[in-house]
Amino acid sequence: MADLSVSGSLRNRLALTLIGGAAVLAILLFFAVRNYAVQVAQQGQNDILQASVTSMLDAAVIRNNKVELDLPYSAFSMLATPADDQVFYAILQDGIHISGYDDLVFSAGVSGGNSIFETGKMRGVTIRKISASKTLIGANQRIEIQIVLAQTQDALSDTLDQISRNAAVLGIGFFALAAALSFWASSATIGQLGKLTSSVTRRGPQDLSPFSKPVPREMAPLVTSLNSLMGRLEQSLSQSEDFIVEAAHRVRTPLATVRSYAEATLQRVNKEENREAMRSMIKAIDESSRAAGQLLDHAMITFRADHLERQELDLVALAKELVLRLTPIADMKDLSLTLQGDSIVPYSGDFVLIQNAVRNLIDNAMKYSPAEGSIQVIVSAGPSPQITVCDRGPGFPNDEIETLTTRFQRGTNATNTIGSGLGLTIARDVAAAHGGKITLTNVQEGGACVTLSL
Amino acid sequence: MKFLLVEDNQDLANAIVSRMEMSGHVIDHARKLEDATVFVATGEYDLILLDIMLPDGDGRAFLRQHRASDFDTPVIVLTARSQVSDRIGSLDLGADDYVTKPFDHAELEARCRAVLRRRAGNTTTAIEIGGIAFDPVAGNLVVQGQAVTLRNRELRLLELFLNAPGQIFSKNKLSDRLFSYDDDASENAIEVYIGRLRKHLQPSTLRITTLRGLGYRLDLDG
Repeated sequence: MADLSVSGSLRNRLALTLIGGAAVLAILLFFAVRNYAVQVAQQGQNDILQASVTSMLDAAVIRNNKVELDLPYSAFSMLATPADDQVFYAILQDGIHISGYDDLVFSAGVSGGNSIFETGKMRGVTIRKISASKTLIGANQRIEIQIVLAQTQDALSDTLDQISRNAAVLGIGFFALAAALSFWASSATIGQLGKLTSSVTRRGPQDLSPFSKPVPREMAPLVTSLNSLMGRLEQSLSQSEDFIVEAAHRVRTPLATVRSYAEATLQRVNKEENREAMRSMIKAIDESSRAAGQLLDHAMITFRADHLERQELDLVALAKELVLRLTPIADMKDLSLTLQGDSIVPYSGDFVLIQNAVRNLIDNAMKYSPAEGSIQVIVSAGPSPQITVCDRGPGFPNDEIETLTTRFQRGTNATNTIGSGLGLTIARDVAAAHGGKITLTNVQEGGACVTLSL
Repeated sequence: MKFLLVEDNQDLANAIVSRMEMSGHVIDHARKLEDATVFVATGEYDLILLDIMLPDGDGRAFLRQHRASDFDTPVIVLTARSQVSDRIGSLDLGADDYVTKPFDHAELEARCRAVLRRRAGNTTTAIEIGGIAFDPVAGNLVVQGQAVTLRNRELRLLELFLNAPGQIFSKNKLSDRLFSYDDDASENAIEVYIGRLRKHLQPSTLRITTLRGLGYRLDLDG
């Protein structure tokens, strides 16, 4: 995961989109509520001003050819507010100021029965004023009574402040709730991905079977491609194994035939130079078949090292099986092959790989061991589980002990022995795949030891 | 000993047959599983050499079937498959051992000997001649009533001579049989083993005669 380039987070993106949307909605809600409240409050003040002015105009009568206007008490009491708003009024008769504040301007354009509302400034404060007029008809005369009534807006703005606060609280609450919901929703959605991820992670290295658990519809294409990828992977893995097996078969069978012929011919040939040629030929065949075998082993090991098939095994039993199997070959050369060490060494590793590595070590020991020598296979549990193979051969050249595990690298004292130089490489790779190493040492009294520690 | 060889590659089979006959064994050769089934049903064998990939099927199927019916003839599998992946399978199916192609004939013989020895138990057939009793399967030699311990190469050398008394074996031929090709043993090493064998046979009436320029021959004194 470390080298995967991560660009953004799906969960954050989803959450941010939802929260952004919630914020816009909250602000719109705030302004809508506040705007509506302003309208409602203004309408209330207008209605009261209208009622007040109407009751004033109604009180105007013509008596004895004179206009009489007795301002009703109720006209002012209905304008009383908790904020003690100021009220201004002006009464005009045919456009001439007759009572009240003379700086209160009657707005033009008011005609009979009509009234006009305006918001303006007077003496430094904001006022709402209504201009209304009434035509009084007396004997032979028409008198136009005009009234301007204004009220400051302290109570109104108090109410609006209150409503704004409430609207703000409402907006913030809405936003908080929506944000929480966004987080929950995005987590729940991404959680499905998390579930898939953990079910992929939990799988064993050999498990390439398709996913069959139900997944949300949106994830189905992803799971389908994943399944098809795993199918192809499984196919190519088994093809690689088949290929290695098939290649081994194709290479080994003709070599076996050639070798058998060469050996049979050698039995019949008596001329020394012909015999020498046949011997060289058989040696070359052995060398190439051994190299082919080890190359294929190496390919198989490299291939398996990535996904070890670990199992509980006993290294002693593993070594015992190999010793039994290789004893006939050791006997052929009159070599003694013995198993020593602990009686049981449990370890969890890949049986096939470890067996192959140890077989290569024993093969090497048998190759380099002098006639009638002894080879010891020592299995011990401590300090780490390890298998040591010792022979009484020439030992490793001291200056090459570091480089001998490199591929195709052979000791300078090994020129007369058949080998491809892959044996120690295989052992090293198997050790490395299990987190261990191989150590080469020379024994004081002659011989070499190779330790495979796991 | 009577062996059955099941192998479809004619060249390889010929080589195995001629090599085994040189060691004094009798070999029947089956080219496919069908023939092998007939051979097994009609003859008795001490050992079966079985190839895995055959034209009419998998040798392992034959092996499984063979083990299921009550035959306990030991089987050595000849396989060309990858050593890493195939070995455990055939042993699990009841093979006694296996060799991977291409194999050293000496190795095949050694494995045959080991399997036969494991299977033989106490029923041994000893060759008795000139004051010795020799059991090639168990590898026991008794000279004038005294048990003698033989090293593997001494044993194989004695076996060669006893299979063909009176026949002359050149140094070359003996060397080919005793040493693998990677041993780089000089033909003079044969003299060492001849010397040892002579010493073991001293109390008996068997003699190994040196024929200058030709080789060695086993003779019966008197």
